[in-house]
Amino acid sequence: MQFFGGSEISPSPPVPTASGNNAHMMYVFNRNGVCLLYREWNRLLHTLNAQQDHKLMFGLLFSLKSLTAKMDPTNAEKGNLGVPQLSGQGCSFHSFRTNTYKLSFMESPSGIKIILVTHPRTGDLRESLKYIYNLYVEYVVKNPLYAPGTPIRSELFNTSLDQYVRTIA
Amino acid sequence: MAPVGPRSGDAIFANVERVNAELFTLTYGATVRQLLTDLEEVEEVNKQLDQMGYNIGIRLIDEFLAKSNVTRCVDFRETAEVIAKVGFKMFLGVTATVSNWDADGTCCSIILEDNPLVDFVELPDTCQGLYYCNILSGVIRGALEMVSMKTEVTWIRDVLRGDDAYELQVKLLKQVPEEYPYKDDE
Repeated sequence: MQFFGGSEISPSPPVPTASGNNAHMMYVFNRNGVCLLYREWNRLLHTLNAQQDHKLMFGLLFSLKSLTAKMDPTNAEKGNLGVPQLSGQGCSFHSFRTNTYKLSFMESPSGIKIILVTHPRTGDLRESLKYIYNLYVEYVVKNPLYAPGTPIRSELFNTSLDQYVRTIA
Repeated sequence: MAPVGPRSGDAIFANVERVNAELFTLTYGATVRQLLTDLEEVEEVNKQLDQMGYNIGIRLIDEFLAKSNVTRCVDFRETAEVIAKVGFKMFLGVTATVSNWDADGTCCSIILEDNPLVDFVELPDTCQGLYYCNILSGVIRGALEMVSMKTEVTWIRDVLRGDDAYELQVKLLKQVPEEYPYKDDE
């Protein structure tokens, strides 16, 4: 007998039955906070305009990184919260999960940040993010017509991303 | 323990796409030749090669990081080793040695015994001031800048100028911390 309604306090969305619909959206930022790419596959709610949304996401990551480095119990050398760090210095987080989504994060030492928001039941995506980084190298960095630091407009890259993201379980 | 990056680039070199070495050498030679014709001044050619290298370097770093799985280097010493052992192997198929460290560990030499760029090359009398491989110094400078290190890269020895090896001096000027890029009131 249940007295207090469902056993789950914070209900998660149902597990998708068919694969291929797990990813919600993806961001790629460079070291200067420029949003190089934003892809959206499955996002119901838009509350902010695109620019504010990107800024908010970058700010979240920046603060969270600073916070995780500050909390690091294994490292004696840490500055005050908010003090600038060398890119990649200190520890960093890989992902966080809420009841409704999971955010996976990867940063290369060159400051490229790849963020993938997926269904909360998805597994460890670190290898997937690395794979996406490789796609970025092949389709974007090696494209001689792409000017570094500008938003990516590459159909080829988008297509291969869409294809790959569909395989993420 | 964090996973340690590779200490040699052999495995990566075996897996990346390669081009014919002679084609590569001759293409580079043709580029330098064309620059000499276009710019006329040897000094200008040096500058241009360095700039071209820089433009390559700022892109090449991402390919390097994506394929080599190198994690962040703890200090500049490790950085130099990784460039010499993994970087040069991965992109040029040769390895270099690192030596001549100064006391603070901010300045060192990368020495190349074997340099695929210079096969078939002799400097004529009119080009004595030319740093034929100046593109390499630009590449290193550009790549390091993308991982927050401002460096100065200069040639110390050059076989084409009668020395016994190729020696590049890499000097770390400063490390740039990551800062929040937006202003609060934006």
